[in-house]
Parts: sequence; C-alpha cells; structure tokens
Amino acid sequence: MVRSKRVFTALCVLALSIQAQTPPPQPAGGRGGRGGGGGGGGFAASYPQHEQADESTIERGRALYGVNCAFCHGSDIRGGEGGPNLMRSQVVLNDKKGETIAPVVQNGRPDAGMPKINLTMTQIADVAAFLHSFRVSGYDASRNRPPSILVGDAKAGESYFRSKCASCHSVTGDLKGIGAKFEDPKQLQNFIVMPGGGRGGFGGPGPQSNVPPATVTVTLANNQKVEGRLGRVDDFIVTLTQADGTPRTFRRDGDSPKVEIHDPLAAHRNLLRVYTDDDIHNLTSYLVTVK
Amino acid sequence: MKSLKNLLLASSFCLLPAVAQTLDPSALLKPLGDDWPTYSGDYTSSRYSRLSQINQSNVKHLTLAWASRFTAGPGAGGGGRGGRGFGFGPPVIIGGEGAGDTNAAGGFGGGTSIKASVLKVEDTLYFSTPDNAWAVDARDGHELWHYFWKTRGGTHIGNRGLGMWHNWLYMETPDDYLVCLDARTGKEKWHVEIADFNLQYFSTMAPIVVGNHILVGTGDDLDEPGFLQARDPETGALQWKWYSVPLKKGEKGMESWGDVDTASHGGGNVWIPGAYDPETHLYIFGTGNPSPAYTNPPGRNGDNLYTCSIVAVNVDTGKMQWYYQTSPHDTHDSDSTETPVLTDIQVNGRSRKVVLHASRNGYYFTLDRLTGERIVSSQFSDSVNWAKGFNEKGQPVRNPLKDSTVAGSLVSPNNGGATNWPPPAYSPDTGLFYVQQNDAYAMYYLTETDPRGAMGLGGKEEDGVGTLGSYLTAIDPKTGKIAWRHRYPGTGGGLGPGLLTTAGKLLFGGDMGGNLVAYDPANGKPLWHSHLGQVSNAPQTYSLDGHQYLLVAAGDTLYSFTLE
Repeated sequence: MVRSKRVFTALCVLALSIQAQTPPPQPAGGRGGRGGGGGGGGFAASYPQHEQADESTIERGRALYGVNCAFCHGSDIRGGEGGPNLMRSQVVLNDKKGETIAPVVQNGRPDAGMPKINLTMTQIADVAAFLHSFRVSGYDASRNRPPSILVGDAKAGESYFRSKCASCHSVTGDLKGIGAKFEDPKQLQNFIVMPGGGRGGFGGPGPQSNVPPATVTVTLANNQKVEGRLGRVDDFIVTLTQADGTPRTFRRDGDSPKVEIHDPLAAHRNLLRVYTDDDIHNLTSYLVTVK
Repeated sequence: MKSLKNLLLASSFCLLPAVAQTLDPSALLKPLGDDWPTYSGDYTSSRYSRLSQINQSNVKHLTLAWASRFTAGPGAGGGGRGGRGFGFGPPVIIGGEGAGDTNAAGGFGGGTSIKASVLKVEDTLYFSTPDNAWAVDARDGHELWHYFWKTRGGTHIGNRGLGMWHNWLYMETPDDYLVCLDARTGKEKWHVEIADFNLQYFSTMAPIVVGNHILVGTGDDLDEPGFLQARDPETGALQWKWYSVPLKKGEKGMESWGDVDTASHGGGNVWIPGAYDPETHLYIFGTGNPSPAYTNPPGRNGDNLYTCSIVAVNVDTGKMQWYYQTSPHDTHDSDSTETPVLTDIQVNGRSRKVVLHASRNGYYFTLDRLTGERIVSSQFSDSVNWAKGFNEKGQPVRNPLKDSTVAGSLVSPNNGGATNWPPPAYSPDTGLFYVQQNDAYAMYYLTETDPRGAMGLGGKEEDGVGTLGSYLTAIDPKTGKIAWRHRYPGTGGGLGPGLLTTAGKLLFGGDMGGNLVAYDPANGKPLWHSHLGQVSNAPQTYSLDGHQYLLVAAGDTLYSFTLE
C-alpha cells in the first residue's frame, strides 16, 4: 500500500508541476458542497472583493434587480437576453455603493440598447449591494455541477474490454467490483485511462490504486544485476530501492552501466495515442456496472 | 553599545557599493556579449552568446565561482552572508501600497523562487522575484541592496525580471505597478499604476526597454482585455497602449468575434517579453489565450483575434503592423506568449528575415518578420491531438470534439503545454532552434454547461493522465522538421527550464532530475552537468575581468560557474 501511495503522490506532483502563467487548478475534491456565491478562495482570494452589505439591503437589491435587470443580465448577473455579464463589468468592478453604476442605470446606454431605468439613488445602492454579494472570480466551484459523464454505450465498452483489456485485466479478478470503488464515475474514468493518475471528481481522490511501482534493472560491468523500485533517473545517475529496503545509487556514463526501466503503466501509456474518446466513455459506462 | 552600533552603521555606509553602472539604450542593439542587459540578453531573443572561452574542449573544467542564496521579504538580508561576522547586511529598501502583512513571509506558498532573467551590466547583476528586486556583485554574488514591495495582493506566480535604462531599473508588481528604482542604491524614484487591480489584472512581465520606451505587459485572472503599453522611462507616463482584442464595434478584428461585449473582455494577455527588430522598429511578441479560455459562448464565435497570435507592433506608434494567429479560436489556454526569436536564414536559396516560434499548442512556426507571412509550420510534439491538420495559411485547425466536454476529452498537450514560457534558443552556428517539449495528456471535463457561465480559466476540470515523455528538441527552422531530440530518462514528465547556446559550441539547459547540463548543440549529447536541484530560470552567461561565467538560478539560489 505504501508503494502505491507513493506512485499516486508522484503522479499528482507531476500533474501540478506545470510551468505556466496559468495558476494551478483548484482541487476539485471536497469543494462541491458550497452554495451561493462561494467557491472563491485560492489565489483569487488575493484580489479585491467588494465590501458586503447587510442581508436586508442585499435582499432589497435582489428584488429590485429581479424586476428591473434580471431579464437582460441574468438572475446570476452573468448575462442574459442581450445584456452583458455584470460580474466582470469594469463599471461594476470599480463600483463601491452604486456611484459608478448610477449614471448607467439613470441614463441608459442607448447605443447598446439599454433603456433608462427609473430607480432612485438609494435603490441603485441596494442593487449594487446585491451585485457585490457575488464573489468575483474566474473560478466558482459551486457552479461545477455538470450532469453525469456516463454517456457511453456499456455494451460497446464491454466488447472493447474483451478485445483490448482482457489480456491483462479481468472483471472477476483484479477489477472485481471496480464500479463500486469510485464515488464519482469521473474518478473511475481517469483511473481507466491512467491508473493512479488523474485527480478530480467530487468526493476526494478515490481509492488508492494497486498499481505496482516502476522498477529498474541495473547491469554492472561484471554482469551483476541490481534490481529495485525506481527512484530518480537522469542521464547521470540512477537511484533505486532494493526489495529489502536498501537504497542504491549508480553513476551513469552513457550506456554504462546498462539501465532497463520497467514501467508497469507502459501499456496504458501506449493506449493514450490509440483510444478514442468514445472508447473511453464506453469503457467507463461498462466498468461502472461491474459492482 | 550605542557607540559600537554607530561604528557599525558607519562602516556599513563605507561598505555601500560604489556602483556607477549605467546602460545606454543603444547598448541593447548589440549582439549578446560580455553583458546581459535585457530579458533575452539581446533584442533577437536567440539567447545565443558570442562568448567562447567556455567551450566544448574545456566545459568539463567548469567549477563553481560562487553560490548565493536570497530570501524574499522585508527583513531579509541574504546573499553572500557569513563572510562578515558582524550581523549587519546590505540595505533593504521598502516600498509598496499594501499593508505589508500579506507578503511579509516572502512569498505566497513557495518561498523564494527565481524565475527571472538576471540583468548583468558591468560588474553588477540585477534580478527579481514577485515583490522583490536585488542588486548583486557579479564577482562573488554578495548582495548590494534589496528592494521589497508591500503588495495589495494579486497572482504571485513569478516575476520574469527587470528592465534597465541608464541607471534606472524597472519592475512590475503582481498588484499592477511599474516601479522605477535607482540601480546604484535600490531607492525608489516613482511607481505608477499600469492596470486596474479591481479587474484582477496581475503583472509579471520583465519590462523591455527600446529607446525611450518601457514596454510593459500584464496578465489577468478574469475576463478582461489584454494589452501591451509603452511608458516614459523618466516619468512612467503612458505613451501608448495596444489592446490584443477589439473593444468597440467597427474595430479591426471584431469580425472574428460573436459580439462586442465578449470581444472587449476577450483576454489575449501579454505576459512574456518579445523580440525587437531595430530595422523596422517592430516589437514582435506573443499574446495569450482568449477568455473565457475553455468554453464556447456564442460571443466567441470566430477566430478571436488577436489572441494566441504573434503580433508586430511599431514601438513608436503602438500600431500593429502584422499578426499571425497560431491557435485560431483556442479552447485550451494555449498561450502563444513563448518568446519569438529573430534571425536571418536561407530558405529555398533566398535570404529571409524571419521569426521563429514554438507554441504551447505543440506547433512550430517560421514567419517572415517584415510581413508575418508563414514560411513554415509543423507539429513538433508527437502527441498533440487537439487539431485536425493545417489550413491554407498553415494554422492548426481546432478539432471541436477535443474541446472540454461533460463526458471528458483526452487531450494532448495538457494545460502545461507542449512547451511554455521557459525561453527557447537559436544558434546561427548550427542553424537549429532549441526548445523544451513535453508530450503529456489530460482529461478535460466541461464543468460549466451554461454558455454564459464560465469566466477566465473557469468552467473546466483538467485531470492529468500521464506523459509519453519529455525532451530537449532541436528544430530546423527551414523545414520545421526535428533535427534531433534528447529524451529525458524516466517515466515522469514535466517541462525543462529555459535554454542558452553559445559560440563555444554549447547548449545549456536543465533536465528533469535537477541537473544543470551542457549539451552538444549538434546532437544533444550531454557534455557536463552539475546537480543543483530544479533549475528555475534559463541559464545565462557573461564575461567579467576576462573570465566567462555561466549563471543560473535554482529556487532561491544563484550559481555562477567559471573555468578553473
């Protein structure tokens, strides 16, 4: 179990070590329960958020917005029939208590088809309080409640399994009860594509996989073979842990000593080029029934 | 006690650096040599140095000249400590508009990580991390001054370095200021706001100095328009601003969007420096992804100009001369910001002035740098599957089936990209373009099914499902074909750090094992290495007192190697 946990951890680290301007994605697990305007946090928390008015002001604003604005701008303020998304609007983002919103509301935007709206300054301040009750972020996990990913054809998945997977796997052997082990079919699907890899889905990372670790065989100049779980390998060094727990390190000079890596996931890696998305969806729809 | 303190204070003033470095902007027009005065070393961005004291015959004799560790934050002191014994450090100058309690620990989460290019002018090095700038003696790495900015917040993902004009340095901050520092003392001359923080802009780019223009770019975490702007080096005043997306009806490029509102919030941020062509006064750079990044609201119908494009802007006017879009209607956050390289090559018996660019989306391009015309385009990452071939302009054509879907799409590259911001290199000696490559896959799930709903990078979940390998790759810009690939051993993936190549017939980079490595640029054979831990910027080189140095950052430490 320790071994498989290490593999899983290594794959997670790998997935997170992207070097990009893009901030790392928020972990999806365990966030689904938030309602309302939640789901911020993470790096988005380091941006300015609007001051929150008291509940009764927000409620008055919500009612006024519902009557006067929601038809065009959407009840969730993200835009609607003709009206733009207000959450990302520069006017709204720079507004505090209705002062920058008021001229737009009271004068309208005839060129963009927005009529004047007859609201008093106090009412506009209430509408502003409602607009500002939404957390401003490109990420909002509370919205991430898509329908089921199970769109595949279980029968087609079963025949695919028989022809492509059955040489290594069996639904009565190593994959017995596989469909019951994952809370979210998304986790199962990621597991099929790359066991031990792929986070995600609601409800945590899923069960620990029993994927054996990559191993390595080092053949020394005297033909002695040293084998063990692969640690680090680069062009200059290979590290491994022998079955008895002894760590070993070998210097590499080109092809000497001979280093052979045994990747238990090689077959899955090769499939990455071969699978169609339909194959993957069908397999998932089939394996989710194996309970 | 008090008199001792005064004595120490007095002696510390004596130790203040007598730095008199100054950098005339015309020095930036020269090819890369003894100094490293701008982000890419010179305006071509080829990261090719003429220095050859360190070369294939003696690279095995590289030895550590110095290593110096830096601590971000207000009270730090660092770099070359330990030799003095008195316990006082170089001056720390503090600025900023924030309360000072947000980044006092020195950074967000990761401690000090130097991703910046280091400027080297005469005998001083200048570099930065988010909210922090340092001047360091290039002979032994000891710290001369440290500037710390109290932040208001913002995305602290990295800082790509400083710009220099005469004796002034320029730094962008994550909370959207451009700060001007006196290179001699680290004291602040002024700071000006360069983007609206309320709109969730954040600023990481290394400012690029061209004549009397400071070119400044920003990023954004919401749906707001990207832009490049020029600022006055003496006052910070705005000279011009070029938006990556059309803002109003009738503007050029609007025909490539579904509606004005989406276009004017459409992203295309400019967060990595470009290259500059002094003959044409064109600054040539890449723009980022359209926004929202992963979803297809009707407002995004079209190619979404000028996101995911290589763009040439006249530095005097701020007007766009040409563009070439490398990912029309991108749906995978495939920024085209990877630094373009300018050079002249022979193509079909004709000398062509070209731009070389390997994009995050897995495709390589050779463009005419006068017109933007495509000369070559090719797929450099074998695993790429988001596109279904090329159109008549040589652009990859998106396969909509590989967008994020509710049921999940298996897509390569992953979000980290086939390559990314770590700078590529080009050697006129070998005629090869060098780039780091990762052939990774991810499952892309659409989590926001309401087309109005997603903003910024939201609306999808991406789950990594492994890699077929990562490589150091050499591409022939005449054909777009792979000249050689060096595979990093092992089953893991990842993308290597940036690259440097030299007239000493060397190519420097870093591998997945935490080694700084010198390779043969003709074939990718490793020639020398040193295990430093993960290299975090691109290796650089400079010459001082007649000695060539190899400079690199790994995390919080700068290492400088020279020949023994």
